[in-house]
Amino acid sequence: MLGYIAKRLLQMIPTLIGVSILCFIIIHSVPGDPANLIAGVDATAEEIQIVKERLGLDRPLYEQYGSYVMGLLQGDMGKSLRSDRPVAEELLTRFPSTIMLTMLSVVVMVLVGLFAGIMSAIRPNSMRDNATMMVSLFGISMPVFWSGIMLILVFSYYLQWLPSGGSTQLKHYILPAIALGLSSSAVLARLTRSSILEVIHQDFIRTARAKGVREKLIIYKHTLKNALIPIITIVGLEFGHLLGGAVLTETVFSMNGIGRYIIQSIQFRDYPAIQGSILFVAAIFVIVNLVVDLCYGAVDPRIRYD
Amino acid sequence: MSDTDVSVQVATQAAEVSYQRRSPWASMLRRFRKNKRALVGFWMVVVFVGIAVFAQAIAPYDPIEQNMDVILQPPSADHLFGTDEYGRDILSRIIYGSQISLMIGIVGVLISVVIGVGLGTVSGYFGGRTDMFIMRIMDIFMAFPSFLLALAIVSVLGPGMVNVMIAIGIFSVPTFARISRSAVISVKNKEFIEAAKSMGASHARVIFKHVLPNSVAPIIVLSTMRIATAILTASGLSFLGMGAQPPTPEWGAMLSTGREYLRTAPHVSTIPGLAIMFMVLAFNMLGDGLRDALDPKMKL
Repeated sequence: MLGYIAKRLLQMIPTLIGVSILCFIIIHSVPGDPANLIAGVDATAEEIQIVKERLGLDRPLYEQYGSYVMGLLQGDMGKSLRSDRPVAEELLTRFPSTIMLTMLSVVVMVLVGLFAGIMSAIRPNSMRDNATMMVSLFGISMPVFWSGIMLILVFSYYLQWLPSGGSTQLKHYILPAIALGLSSSAVLARLTRSSILEVIHQDFIRTARAKGVREKLIIYKHTLKNALIPIITIVGLEFGHLLGGAVLTETVFSMNGIGRYIIQSIQFRDYPAIQGSILFVAAIFVIVNLVVDLCYGAVDPRIRYD
Repeated sequence: MSDTDVSVQVATQAAEVSYQRRSPWASMLRRFRKNKRALVGFWMVVVFVGIAVFAQAIAPYDPIEQNMDVILQPPSADHLFGTDEYGRDILSRIIYGSQISLMIGIVGVLISVVIGVGLGTVSGYFGGRTDMFIMRIMDIFMAFPSFLLALAIVSVLGPGMVNVMIAIGIFSVPTFARISRSAVISVKNKEFIEAAKSMGASHARVIFKHVLPNSVAPIIVLSTMRIATAILTASGLSFLGMGAQPPTPEWGAMLSTGREYLRTAPHVSTIPGLAIMFMVLAFNMLGDGLRDALDPKMKL
């Protein structure tokens, strides 16, 4: 097991290098020179040249990439053009808020998605099943920024139960987590339903029924346990969806997280910040996928890591 | 069973088949027609396409013309969906907006189909190092949360509709590459491919004539579902101000400006959101139905 983890961690390195190269290429293919932008509109050619030299923009691209990676290894992501503070620092102050939002959304997604999926699968093709699946289709099709705004409208403006924005207290996270989690829970519900239906017709379930195991126990212990692998896979994949959706949700709810920081950086053309934050989020996603892979073994003892 | 038995049996089966005259496409159509959800999705898509094509004839007002006498009016007989902050008729803007969403969705997905299927087919057909190289690059794209990838591309290209299409096009490429790769791998060692090769067919001929037609089904299904995702993503980008620019009647952008008047005129942001939802729903239902009709066991 430890060997497997080590191997997987090593395998992450090429992916992360690829991700950082891609980020680097994307940001450096910006039309126009970032040095012009930093030096200001009315800068002379000389001033622009000085900025270029200071930032190393006059060196060949591979050299620039090399020094960027050396910086990354030391935790240095460059300085934000907007605030002149290190990007890494800016990201770390915003990280707790984003991770809190994503985690709470995962909770919402798993609770709602599993419940709806199980309810559907218990009586396939019943009214309840059809209604649940129809609702989940609506859920998948709903833009998360719209559902967020609708939640604000109802729970902040009309009912005045919860705040419409901010990210300092737990109550600030309730509406955003519901908005973000519900969109993914629909995906999970559909998958849970089909995974359960695949398992429920197998012989060992019939055997369990034949020996008189209660239906609830059959569903929760025998069926669900065997349907967990695809469910965990989708939870991992949806995590990426949630991280992307956090950009929209944080904007709607004016939360001080990484997602909104990316938007602000894009608006300001703060390229070191954009590059750093996108790389940061991609790295989180890669790590989450590793954790998901490790979970398979915990859920299904048939899977061995060697 | 002796050889004659077998040949008799085969002959009877062949006779039965020709008697029924049911091609795979016909039985697919039959399954599709029986699927209520798919039919509803199909007709919804038809209606949206109709609205987009005949926008000029249907829309009661000009989508861009401002009328300061009627700003932020709630829905009424004159303005079925109310008016926005410049007194523009929201219904007309929604009607014209369907053109934009459909175009971004369809063009974006076409871009990814061409690039993704191309890469996936080459990867699966030739295998070996080519395969390794292409799929590792796809893996790197997959390491980004997809919305973030689209956002990063648009942030570099700059806001605007064409750039959104390109971003949407790129972000679906890995999905199409994977699907078509596995479809190609599943047929490439079959006898009919070997037969074509032994008759001296070129790689290009084998790919276009024999391999690709066999991977059409999953690509059609995935394309339909991806149009839904593309529309959703594009509206998200516009919502953030990275997509279509004012005064273009883009649904996501309309929703975004409506936020400022949420307390006084909630219809301004509610209605575009509903429009997005129903169009995305239409493509999702159609995609679901197509999957069930083409191959119920398809994992998509």
